[in-house]
Amino acid sequence: MTLLKELSEARGVSGREGEIRSILFRHVREHIDEHRVDALGNLIVVRKARVSAATPVPRKVMLAAHMDEVGLMITEITKNGLLRFQPSGGIDPRLLLAKKVLIGDNKVPGVIGVKPIHKLKAEEMNQVLKYEQMAIDIGVTSQSAAEGLTHVGDYATFDTAYEELGPFAKGKAFDDRAGCAVLAEILKADYPFDLYAVFTVQEEVGLRGARVAAYSVAPDCAIALEGTIADDVPKKKDVSPTSQLGGGPVLTVMDRSFIAHPGMLRHAISVAEKHGIPYQFKQPGIGGTDAGAIHLTREGIPSLTIAVPCRYIHSPVALLYLQDFEHTVNLVRETLRTLTLDIIRPES
Amino acid sequence: MDCKEFLQRLSEAAGPSGYERAIRELVAEEFRRYAHEVQMHKMGSVIALRRGEGQEPRRRIMLAGHMDEVALMVSKIEDGFLHVAQVGGIDPRILPGQEVIVHGRRELPGIIGARPPHVLAAEDRDKVIPLHELLVDVALPPDQVEQWVRVGDLVTFRRPFIPLQKDWVAGKSFDDRVGVVVVGECLSNLAERWKHNWDVYGVATCQEEVTFLGAITTTYGIRPDIGIAIDVTFGAMGDSGDGDTFQMGGGPAIGFGPNVHPKIYEMLVETAKKLEIPYQVEPLPRGSGTDAWAMQVSREGIPTGVIGVPLRYMHTPVETVCVADIERAGRLLAAFIAGLDESTMEQLTPRLDADV
Repeated sequence: MTLLKELSEARGVSGREGEIRSILFRHVREHIDEHRVDALGNLIVVRKARVSAATPVPRKVMLAAHMDEVGLMITEITKNGLLRFQPSGGIDPRLLLAKKVLIGDNKVPGVIGVKPIHKLKAEEMNQVLKYEQMAIDIGVTSQSAAEGLTHVGDYATFDTAYEELGPFAKGKAFDDRAGCAVLAEILKADYPFDLYAVFTVQEEVGLRGARVAAYSVAPDCAIALEGTIADDVPKKKDVSPTSQLGGGPVLTVMDRSFIAHPGMLRHAISVAEKHGIPYQFKQPGIGGTDAGAIHLTREGIPSLTIAVPCRYIHSPVALLYLQDFEHTVNLVRETLRTLTLDIIRPES
Repeated sequence: MDCKEFLQRLSEAAGPSGYERAIRELVAEEFRRYAHEVQMHKMGSVIALRRGEGQEPRRRIMLAGHMDEVALMVSKIEDGFLHVAQVGGIDPRILPGQEVIVHGRRELPGIIGARPPHVLAAEDRDKVIPLHELLVDVALPPDQVEQWVRVGDLVTFRRPFIPLQKDWVAGKSFDDRVGVVVVGECLSNLAERWKHNWDVYGVATCQEEVTFLGAITTTYGIRPDIGIAIDVTFGAMGDSGDGDTFQMGGGPAIGFGPNVHPKIYEMLVETAKKLEIPYQVEPLPRGSGTDAWAMQVSREGIPTGVIGVPLRYMHTPVETVCVADIERAGRLLAAFIAGLDESTMEQLTPRLDADV
């Protein structure tokens, strides 16, 4: 999984996805016929139809995986050289204390400090620190020294090494670098239609890239590829795990952004069952993906979401099961190979 | 000695209180270069002896920096996930999203899991996650977890060393590997450029964070004439109301108070002035919270001193320190030791006015 490692360790917060785009283009260029980057920064690549089909098939199918990750943005440099910040995308402020970050294009290292336990008052121990109460320390003591190294508006990301732990992998930004890595694999196979693979920008701040890419591609149908929530840990309350590691690819029936196209969903399920690929359904009503923006584009685009289950997304370090990743690649590939026009027609 | 490099090696190794073996080996290897003898103490400390050039029997000074670090301990295993308890004071608020090493029958990398905001109930988002709800995930199925991990196994932070700007660095367990580096730097300075009459015992003590076991037992055995503890102290953030804290890069803080012999304080300050080493004064109105607290009451009582290196974010995996302060503390101690002679002992004994 050298690509997933490279993608996970690279940095690309919403609006600044250039590094991810370059890595992906380098990896997929030998498998594609056309490529372009649009005004927002989406990387749109095309693998033309290479085989013919016996039954009528869609002309254009779009696959989307978002390049951006959640991160922080520097909003103020204090007179003591500390950096204040706000989140870009959904990050729980409770995960930030005592973590390492890298700031800006020059990757200036910094740490998010916290008052030592020795000096905390009892009531402070129970206090959740707000963004305004935290700061990044880069090891300087004056505003001018800090301003020589960073600027207001610089992004900061977690700094986490990708590592395989037996059959698992840990790293940052699996949401959605896992989806990006699946899509790069998908581009290696042959399909009876033109496959538009879109590596989208700005998913984490409102599905912005997918919306315009779907408009310009105008596909007959689309699949969003994701790294999604696995909350399969012991909990006080008996609530759904959302999805589970080891359960195979995660199919969305309905989330906060859309209802999956029933025909495409049924097709994916039958493909999984025919090929003996394990699969699971995501707990309905949680999260949203690029499919939410895509399915509303133009006159509507039948859409589906298939995801790799990942524990601890939107935190400094996530965990996935490598076999889930392989199964997701297989399920998406076989689903595409057998996709027909009938499947995406309205139910009669 | 390359203080930054030695600190990195010590910081990245694991050595919770009572389990300092890995640190002991690194310390012995480094101290051997500047000492005449290095021995492992039976309770877990490391003692390096650098002999002085005075006539026997020589006076002895002991320097102590503690090797142990705050950590976590497995308290319960639930469906393959580990519950943990604290070994030493750790703020539970820093734990979600940290990477750790579980020291089971083999070393297992782990993650202190943080559930994503998408699945949290509104009322849970504004609360500090209590320690008993945090779980360590070692990415193994439950049966294998049971095979490798038992209740009582230690869990340490997994945090590679972080070089910041200039000579600022951050990482885990700087409290008090920084003190150990200061002891090494002092021995190295003595070996290179200072003639000294007294014997110098450089000790990396064990179990400071729990019972001061290392300082208590080695002080008893060494019977020093002077004991000095080197520990970290609170680094200033530069804010207003930043009381009881010390400037980062402002030099070592020389302690003063009941745990410090006034003459030793005076001699350290004089030495710093003479060598033009920047220093700060740390009032310690009660205990010092350092090995000096234990050393002072060993046997018939021992004159002690306390040197503090300013450090931010104590007891977290991003403890931050300025390496120049470490080097200055080492140099200050070496010069102080070079100035010790027989008259020092006379000055250390308080006199009654009637005797004068």
